[in-house]
Amino acid sequence: MTAARLLVAALREPASVAGLSPAEWTALLTAARAERLIGTLAHRIDARQVPAAVARILADARASAVQERRAALWEAEMARRALAPLGCLVVLLKGTAFAAAGLDAGQGRSIGDLDILVPREALGEVEQALRAAGWEAVKEDDYDDAYYRRWMHELPPLIHRERDRMIDVHHTILPPTARPTPDAAALLADAVPLGNGLSVLSPADMVVHAAAHMLADGDLAGGLRNLWDIDRLLREFAGDEFWEALAGRAARHGLTAPVCRAVRLAHGLYGTPVPEGWAGWGGGDALYRRRLLVRDGWGRQGHAVTRLGFYVRSHWLRMPPLMLARHLWTKATRRAA
Amino acid sequence: MRHAHAVRVGAVGFRIGAAWRAPVAALARLYEGYPAPEVADLTVRLEPQRPWRRWVRPSVEIAGDYWLPDAAPLPLEQGLLAAEMGMNLQVALGWRRHLLLHASAVEKDGRVLLMSGASGSGKSTLATLLGMSGWRFLGDEFAFVALDDGRIHPFPRAASLKNGAIEAVRAAGGTVGPVLEGTPKGAIGYWRPPADALARMAEAAPPALLLFPRFGHAEAVEPMPPSEAFMRLTQASTNYVALGEAGFATLARLVGTVPALAIDYPDSATGLALVERLWSEA
Repeated sequence: MTAARLLVAALREPASVAGLSPAEWTALLTAARAERLIGTLAHRIDARQVPAAVARILADARASAVQERRAALWEAEMARRALAPLGCLVVLLKGTAFAAAGLDAGQGRSIGDLDILVPREALGEVEQALRAAGWEAVKEDDYDDAYYRRWMHELPPLIHRERDRMIDVHHTILPPTARPTPDAAALLADAVPLGNGLSVLSPADMVVHAAAHMLADGDLAGGLRNLWDIDRLLREFAGDEFWEALAGRAARHGLTAPVCRAVRLAHGLYGTPVPEGWAGWGGGDALYRRRLLVRDGWGRQGHAVTRLGFYVRSHWLRMPPLMLARHLWTKATRRAA
Repeated sequence: MRHAHAVRVGAVGFRIGAAWRAPVAALARLYEGYPAPEVADLTVRLEPQRPWRRWVRPSVEIAGDYWLPDAAPLPLEQGLLAAEMGMNLQVALGWRRHLLLHASAVEKDGRVLLMSGASGSGKSTLATLLGMSGWRFLGDEFAFVALDDGRIHPFPRAASLKNGAIEAVRAAGGTVGPVLEGTPKGAIGYWRPPADALARMAEAAPPALLLFPRFGHAEAVEPMPPSEAFMRLTQASTNYVALGEAGFATLARLVGTVPALAIDYPDSATGLALVERLWSEA
């Protein structure tokens, strides 16, 4: 079995790790680390059932995940304090949201940057307030800066000068240049307050965002982790009403196709229970599956052609053809200079 | 990977894979007699920058579980250095089981002397010379401080000696080899720790003295308050921030229980004598 398949099997059925050889363990742990799923894996596996050397590595991963979670929640609190005077809605996204809301998807999950969603009209004062509280531009580059401000769904990333942590401030969940246009006002209107001044997306929107992030924006790097998020969310939220709401929200945001594909892929790889009609295979799913399973036992990504295809696709999804040509030209000539 | 070698150094199980035979063979020779890990904790990959660079002007890119975005590749002749840098990098960025200090460590009578300083401070040279004269060599690069009891765990990699240090160790009767000329850090020579250091690589001991040496200055000794030692060691630690509260508690205990001194010395012989004297007074 390839390392990526070992990883999927271990996450899906933790008992499957019984009897792995030392070489298979090495491959599994390396792939899990490369896919940023080692904390999740450590949380799933019963450390008493594994060789001592593996148990030590898993214990390290668990401790790291606890610390990452603590740091991520603290960072969210820092942003809350900086933005509280504005009185605008601040919605946590992705890993920090899972951790803050106590969702299964947050168990053992690695959390990097802080991602928040704010109303588009508040963007200017949000940036000012963050800069006043110690966040600053990661690097000043006029083209990148202008590109972000004009064409992206987020501000150029800011980093805190003392804590060295990044924040991504979004005003919607896909770039305005992408073909689907999610309803940002609806995302904000249905956000669920956590009671501490911060909010998270509604359950259905959370799944829609995870699917959009994985399939409608980017080249599927880190896709196994994103798909694991989706699996955990679907299992936790499951219920007739939820599935109906999910179909409704996906349609409203123009993201029915990516949401359906994400559900099918989660069902296929992680065995996520899904209602009749959501399961099955759609056209092209096999290619996505192949892209998701590129990681080998040394932590490298194989299938270079498949990956290149998804890289090109990520740009295609994000921009109209003429704009893409201009963008790639600017990037290429700038690199050469 | 085409060529691979696994080795355990102290608490750390490494696996090093490469697209070429030479770096892996050199590494296996340098680490002959070290145990193999059951399951590797950390993986190093030495890869060509582009597929054709395996043959054409071969250059070695250092990759693995963890990496730095702007690391410069090395020519294939310096493949052993690439392997060593790769191992250091994985430990520096990935290790969480102990608090890591950029320091050398030697042990005598069951107590550990720690020496922390920037590159060029002489901490590697002093640890190597002490390791040749009755002390147990624990490591020249990283000190592993246990999070539960503060003891120092050995990490007896081959010491990497730069430029003048190579001659200093040879003059004292040590064997240095192989030596790589013309690396980004000048000449680098490796010194293999004695058999005793390898045989006892699982044996930890409590710290007793903390020195901040500075090579090339007139002899001087200056006591350092715990607060300053603490601040300097947060700078010298690669995982202090990532460990959070555990890192703070471990470092606070270290500087709270172990005396710290800043020492200047003009040459190795003076430095060695000074360290022995301060140790006997500690």
